[in-house]
Amino acid sequence: MKHTISILVENEFGVLTRIAGLFSARGYNIESLNVAPTLDYTASRMTLVTRGNEKVIEQIKKQLNKLIPVIRVEDLTNQSHMERGMMLVKVQATEKTRAEVLRMAEVFRASVVDVSEASYTLELTGKENKLEAFLRMLEPHGIIEMTRTGPVGMRRGAKGFSVD
Amino acid sequence: MKLSGAEIFVECLKREGVEIVFGYPGGVVLPIYDEIFKKDYFRHILVRHEQAALHAANGYARAAGKCGVALVTSGPGATNAVTGLADSYMDSIPTVCFSGQVPTAMIGTDAFQEADTVGITRSATKHNFLVKRVEDLALTIRQAFHIATTGRPGPVLIDIPKDVSTATCEFHYPEKVEMRSYKPVTRGHTAQVKRAVTALLGAKRPVIYSGGGVMNSRGSAELLTELMGKLNFPITQTLMGLGGVPYDDERFLGMLGMHGTYEANMAVSHSDLLLAVGARFDDRVTGKLEAFAPDAKIIHIDIDPSSISKNVHAHLPIVGDVKVVLGQILKELEAKGKQPDAEALKIWWHQITEWRSKDCLNFTQDMNGPIKPQYVVSQLHEKTGGDAIITTEVGQHQMWAAQFYGFKQPHRWITSGGLGTMGFGLPAAIGAQLAFPDETVIDIAGESSLLMNIQELSTAMQCKAPVKIAILNNGFMGMVRQWQEMFFGSRYSHSYCESLPDFAKVAEAFGGVGYRIEKPEDVGPTIEKALAIRDRFVLMDFSVTREENVYPMVPAGAGLHEMVLS
Ligand SMILES: Cc1cc2nc3c(=O)[nH]c(=O)nc-3n(C[C@H](O)[C@H](O)[C@H](O)COP(=O)(O)OP(=O)(O)OC[C@H]3O[C@@H](n4cnc5c(N)ncnc54)[C@H](O)[C@@H]3O)c2cc1C
Ligand SMILES: Cc1ncc(C[n+]2csc(CCOP(=O)(O)OP(=O)(O)O)c2C)c(N)n1
Repeated sequence: MKHTISILVENEFGVLTRIAGLFSARGYNIESLNVAPTLDYTASRMTLVTRGNEKVIEQIKKQLNKLIPVIRVEDLTNQSHMERGMMLVKVQATEKTRAEVLRMAEVFRASVVDVSEASYTLELTGKENKLEAFLRMLEPHGIIEMTRTGPVGMRRGAKGFSVD
Repeated sequence: MKLSGAEIFVECLKREGVEIVFGYPGGVVLPIYDEIFKKDYFRHILVRHEQAALHAANGYARAAGKCGVALVTSGPGATNAVTGLADSYMDSIPTVCFSGQVPTAMIGTDAFQEADTVGITRSATKHNFLVKRVEDLALTIRQAFHIATTGRPGPVLIDIPKDVSTATCEFHYPEKVEMRSYKPVTRGHTAQVKRAVTALLGAKRPVIYSGGGVMNSRGSAELLTELMGKLNFPITQTLMGLGGVPYDDERFLGMLGMHGTYEANMAVSHSDLLLAVGARFDDRVTGKLEAFAPDAKIIHIDIDPSSISKNVHAHLPIVGDVKVVLGQILKELEAKGKQPDAEALKIWWHQITEWRSKDCLNFTQDMNGPIKPQYVVSQLHEKTGGDAIITTEVGQHQMWAAQFYGFKQPHRWITSGGLGTMGFGLPAAIGAQLAFPDETVIDIAGESSLLMNIQELSTAMQCKAPVKIAILNNGFMGMVRQWQEMFFGSRYSHSYCESLPDFAKVAEAFGGVGYRIEKPEDVGPTIEKALAIRDRFVLMDFSVTREENVYPMVPAGAGLHEMVLS
């Protein structure tokens, strides 16, 4: 099963390699991984998406916790939470299709971030399935290139996820 | 006052209470070596290979109950140390290793003797550091010792670029270490402890299964012995846990696992409750997982949550330090004031006695025939009264040492369990001997393993460590040959050593004493002679039966109850 895990780590040199190394050494897979500093610049927050049965996920959480610079680990999967990813997609735009591409962007609330004679570059934020659906709709027009982040996530409600 | 990195290094080690450093110099650590020379705060033992520095630090740490410390140079010095780090990591031995690094400005330029030491050792250490600024050095050293010795212990490496040892800064020694990301739990959850005690009291076929965690938790062996006595439960131990209770206690069933005793493996297989104490359900212990203690409720005490339910599901996990948790359990038992089920235990003990009567470790030494390896180990026990510190190499001799030596106390058995590193025993013996100069330390060795680090005889000579080496010389890589005999149609592919040296002469060439023993009647007297020599090392080369096998044996992939007895 797919699991989305929040990890709070010391913002120090080599942390990312330790986490990536742990996954490769123990044969776990990383579907996506996002890292950025938090409000407190001494800590970084990661959102990691992985797959495995209960036993594997349990070990992943324990092994992550065991890494010295890891401060906290939280599995969002079985809690009420939200996840959002971001995507940039460059799509062909000919005389004939320009209007349709723009209309699509509007429907999905994507914004146009770059325009050329032959293309539009669109930015979209949302859940995985929304991003997927957007791509499917654009596909017939010819996607030139696409890049996207994995999801970042947090729990719903007032409770935070911080150092203490 | 401003100090250089090298000065900070020696000042910090002094404050950590370091008495011995095992090391080998080279270009980038020369500023540190110079400071060691000037200050003379601790003893430096010059090894002959960096791998041995780590093994010696390991042996020292396990005998002395302190952190082992090693110092190596960059590049080849650091890469040579990797096996020793990996060994300490697998066996959870507290060590701090310092490696030199090329100057910070040259990192990443493929400089002379540059290696990505932090990258290479990341998965062979509990944690590692690259110190980029001299201002960070003192705190890093403090944290390294803290991490190495607390929680589940392990090796920590600090990589120090040359310019960091020569740069200066104000020296503040941090008295306290607080790390928000590292706070090992030592006290067991009270409700879990209560549940555990209820389960223990209700058990009908209980077994205690203890491991290396008892050695890591100093002072816990006494509590373990007390608990075993109070409950009158049978106990078995892993290879790493031997000495956790006295070997001659009636309740001790011997080691379990691949080369464990019949009674230990049968008892575990038929138990209804297994109390695992600081043990990690290694595959050498469990055999086929589905067949491991199928009817048992498992209580697992371990300081590392990732050890719990990793291989075998624990019904009642207790995260904490062995000594603390055993203390809690004993207290709760007292408070409850109840006794275990005596009637059930009587039946259980009766069954165990029957298994025991197989006498699975029985062997006979024909005094007119060749020397049996088991006989040599029994004689070592007899002549030392079971009080020696025993280290081993890896192979059949290691298993015979585990089966036949018999340990009265903890911390006297120093073997490479998890990594199974041939070449471990001699440097580890030197480390243990330096911790206890007046005790008898014996490396029970195989001839192939000994050849992997035989250069350390030179170290033993230089630091006047009167270690004893007992080679059970079968002319084969015995353990490999045994597997080939059993599972590969006796095709002995590259498992013999042609051109073995005359070990007695090798010993003499290095300045020690060497004996070659070929007759059973000479075994005891030679050991006595060797034990009397205290001013240099002694090597005893016992010529033993060439194709002896280690039994009992659980074939790989089989269940514990399917062991082969001969
Ligand atoms: C040739 C060969 C044959 C072998 N055959 C056997 C065999 O037949 N039987 C056998 O048992 N082994 C055998 N071994 C050894 C085996 O490979 C393992 O090394 C061994 O079984 C592990 O022992 P352990 O479970 O006690 O764990 P260790 O590796 O000693 O680990 C200790 C455990 O205790 C925990 N711990 C550490 N400190 C504390 C603390 N303070 N408080 C609480 N918990 C703590 C750790 O987290 C860990 O889970 C063999 C090895 C070799 C090389
Ligand atoms: C460094 C290393 N290489 C290879 C092995 C695999 N191995 C395990 S036991 C063994 C043979 C050991 O032979 P010896 O030291 O003579 O001991 P014996 O089994 O004969 O007692 C080998 C090669 C190992 N454990 N360590």
